Amino acid sequence: MFSFIIRRLAVAVPTILALITVSFVLMHAAPGGPFTNERNVPEAVMENIEAKYNLDKPLWQQYFIYVGNVAQGDLGPSFRYKDFTVNELIESSFPRSAYIGAWSFLFVVVFGVGLGIIAALKQNRWPDYTVMTAAMTGVVFPNFVMAPLLVLLFAVTLRWLPAGGWEGGQVEYIVLPIIAMATSYIAQVARITRSSMIETMRSPFIRTARAKGIPRHKIVLRHALKPSLIPVVSYLGPAFVGIITGSVIIDQVFSTGGIGQHFVNGAINRDYSLILGVTILVGVLTIIFNAAVDILYTWLDPRVRY
Amino acid sequence: MLFSDKHAGMGELADALADDAYTEGRSLWRDARRRFMQHRAAVASLAVLALLLLFAVFGQYLSPWDNESIDWASLPNLDEDGAPGLASQHYFGLDPIGRDLYQRTVQGSRISLMVGVLGALTAVIIGTLYGAISGYVGGRTDAIMMRTLEVLSAFPFMFLVIVLMAVFGRNVLLIFVAIGAVSWLNMARIVRGQTLSLKRKEFIEAAMAIGVHPFLIVVRHVVPNVLGVVIVYATLLVPEMILFESFISFLGLGVSEPYTSWGALISEGADAMWTAPWTLIFPMLMLVLTLFCFNFLGDGLRDALDPKDR
Amino acid sequence: MAMLEVNNLKVAFDTPDGTLQAVRGLSYRLEAGQTLGIVGESGAGKSQGVFALMGLLPDNARVSGEVMFEGEELLNLPEKQMNRIRAARIGMIFQDPMTSLNPFMKVSDQLTEVLVQHKGISRKQALQESLQMLDAVRIPEARNRIHRYPHEFSGGMRQRVMIAMSLLCRPQLLIADEPTTALDVTVQAQVMALLRELQQEFSTAIILITHDLGVVAGSCDQTLVMYGGQMMEYAATRDLFRDPSHPYTKGLMGAIPRIDEQIEELVTIPGNPPNLMNLPPGCPFCDRCPVAEPRCYHELDPPEHFEPDRIRVCNLPREAIR
Repeated sequence: MFSFIIRRLAVAVPTILALITVSFVLMHAAPGGPFTNERNVPEAVMENIEAKYNLDKPLWQQYFIYVGNVAQGDLGPSFRYKDFTVNELIESSFPRSAYIGAWSFLFVVVFGVGLGIIAALKQNRWPDYTVMTAAMTGVVFPNFVMAPLLVLLFAVTLRWLPAGGWEGGQVEYIVLPIIAMATSYIAQVARITRSSMIETMRSPFIRTARAKGIPRHKIVLRHALKPSLIPVVSYLGPAFVGIITGSVIIDQVFSTGGIGQHFVNGAINRDYSLILGVTILVGVLTIIFNAAVDILYTWLDPRVRY
Repeated sequence: MLFSDKHAGMGELADALADDAYTEGRSLWRDARRRFMQHRAAVASLAVLALLLLFAVFGQYLSPWDNESIDWASLPNLDEDGAPGLASQHYFGLDPIGRDLYQRTVQGSRISLMVGVLGALTAVIIGTLYGAISGYVGGRTDAIMMRTLEVLSAFPFMFLVIVLMAVFGRNVLLIFVAIGAVSWLNMARIVRGQTLSLKRKEFIEAAMAIGVHPFLIVVRHVVPNVLGVVIVYATLLVPEMILFESFISFLGLGVSEPYTSWGALISEGADAMWTAPWTLIFPMLMLVLTLFCFNFLGDGLRDALDPKDR
Repeated sequence: MAMLEVNNLKVAFDTPDGTLQAVRGLSYRLEAGQTLGIVGESGAGKSQGVFALMGLLPDNARVSGEVMFEGEELLNLPEKQMNRIRAARIGMIFQDPMTSLNPFMKVSDQLTEVLVQHKGISRKQALQESLQMLDAVRIPEARNRIHRYPHEFSGGMRQRVMIAMSLLCRPQLLIADEPTTALDVTVQAQVMALLRELQQEFSTAIILITHDLGVVAGSCDQTLVMYGGQMMEYAATRDLFRDPSHPYTKGLMGAIPRIDEQIEELVTIPGNPPNLMNLPPGCPFCDRCPVAEPRCYHELDPPEHFEPDRIRVCNLPREAIR
């Protein structure tokens, strides 16, 4: 187990490095820089600004300076918001996105798996059809469609909930973002769980469990659940990435002040360090999550051992 | 009577035997088509998608307006005059700056569908080649290729694409190449899996033992068997691509004016929904309908080509 | 009143392509402590017949007939009551121990749950009893092994675990569905010997399903021969082998190569196994039977009882078979 974690880390480091490098190259390969849009700045001042942000040094030097800083946890100053560092910007906005994201993820797992199990156990009867139709609908309503739709329904027409804002994360402000974020993933997880559970219940070892006189609910929970969850766990990785990228949209539509807004603004404004910082953060989170998923596999399936 | 019947029987049998080497491939498709036709939702979806295609290509001729000119007469009182109506021949109403939404939606459909299909095609080609080579060659090459794949999978690609879009401007061509290029990973994995399980099948071994040239093996045996899986996942990739494109367009980083896509239209609609909800609803309907149909189509194809997966 | 009495058991499946007759009328009796062997080719309906006893058939199965176990009717019992009988009074072991044991659960858990469920004892006690049973089936170092997963055992050991699991509650009847088919021949012999031993120790009646006549000859008191879902012949094993009364049984006997004689070629029963979707209304064996008459295709006479406790199902009289 330990050697497995070490090996995972060994792969993670070059991955992050590659990520930083690619982002760095892309950013600097584009015409223009963060300060090209500033007019009426005398040359001397411009030189000073560039020197401060190390933009006058050759590219490879900038790269190494940056990597060195990152290794120490310093993501550098924001090129746009002159008074803030990237770390500060991330610290102020990431917790909000994380809060909404974590709740969404929880809903995805609990409701997705739960609904999938119900549909599987009542296969081809009313609960199954209801859940599957709902799931099909959920899958085709991605988060950026769901978000404005929810706002249209609940904020504009019914006026039950606010259309946006954060207000410290109170329930009425995060309900719609969470629903918008989680719905299509709940639907997908439900579908996967259902077909996986149906297939597991057809396995010979379930027949053995029945022959042992074990009641149905115990068969489902003790015998069938673990194997059924394996394909679901495979999907959790992409779902996690999806929720992270989805937060970009959710931020925009609901103005929650999360990390997504910063990222998009940074992209438009060529705030190199901000974009790089966010990308690295997301990359690290993804890698950690994927490693956690792999560890989860070994717990679920004893035939897989590292 | 009996005698001639017998002869006819033998003749047919002989013909059937001769055809046997070739019917293997043909009857598989016929069988699949029969199974597909039984899946009513998939067949219906196919019909709807065909209609959608017609809409995208020819829809513009059904309306006297075009997608750029502004209806100055209705502009002052957009909230009321801009609503959809048959009298004004603005079937979908007006968009926030007075252009005919129907025409804009037709134009958006064209872009979205094109990006979706071409993006999926790019992903399919890259992914299939990568997966097939990795699976067939095997050994160290396979190990290296798969490791690389794993590393690539950890990249938050959406973010990189957004960066790309922001940096290099919004070129339609670039968009579908970019999103196709980042979506091939899954396809590669699937194709490799198929290739690996095929390699072990007896009929491949038999073909090799007889001395069939490896290229012919690939063409006549590997490709038709991989094709089924590829078609199913390619069909499911198209809605993913459309979603991807819509996502970045929604953010304002996708197609730029004068072009438009469903994502961009939905974004505009979201801004205007408080006063002009139709600007959101129509493009949203088109997107959702398309995704719905492609999903059912994918399900139907999967049932047809891989029946045990139900 | 025998411990188990089966009368005219029929099993059919509703499929989208039509109704499939899997079992077309089985009748037999089993006394306590005895062994019944059910023989037949693959697809003969042997397994479906016993699944019907245990209520393990899928939802689209239609079962009719009469099955009396210790005086109670077993067929179509509600699930709750059936669960009380399973493992506690009728145990079952399946063909392939690799897929029949849950690969995701430890062996200890799979064993103890039977005891906890049916005897209501604590897990600790259940573990002790399970260890004793594992010793009885000769699993070495049971104490260490019991907390492992099935894939960490060899094929023969897995089957022993299955046997142990099925006998934990000392059921009156054990149904063994081709227990040795998936095993090597040497392991086969060990498992069969083990079953015989345990049967003696626990006085369990056994229904043994197999396609191997050799196994039947060595272990079973009675034998039931099936073909195409139809019972062909039922007799005490000794009588069956000494004096088969059915053309199919004769064919099976004839196909066994003898090592004490010089043979020129191997004898088979000509033809192919029947298509269960397309069975003739009469005898399923008619197109392969050496003495079949035209009417055998259209109708099959009801079972003929002769000598004490022998049944044959054939249109032709016994003399015609000799």
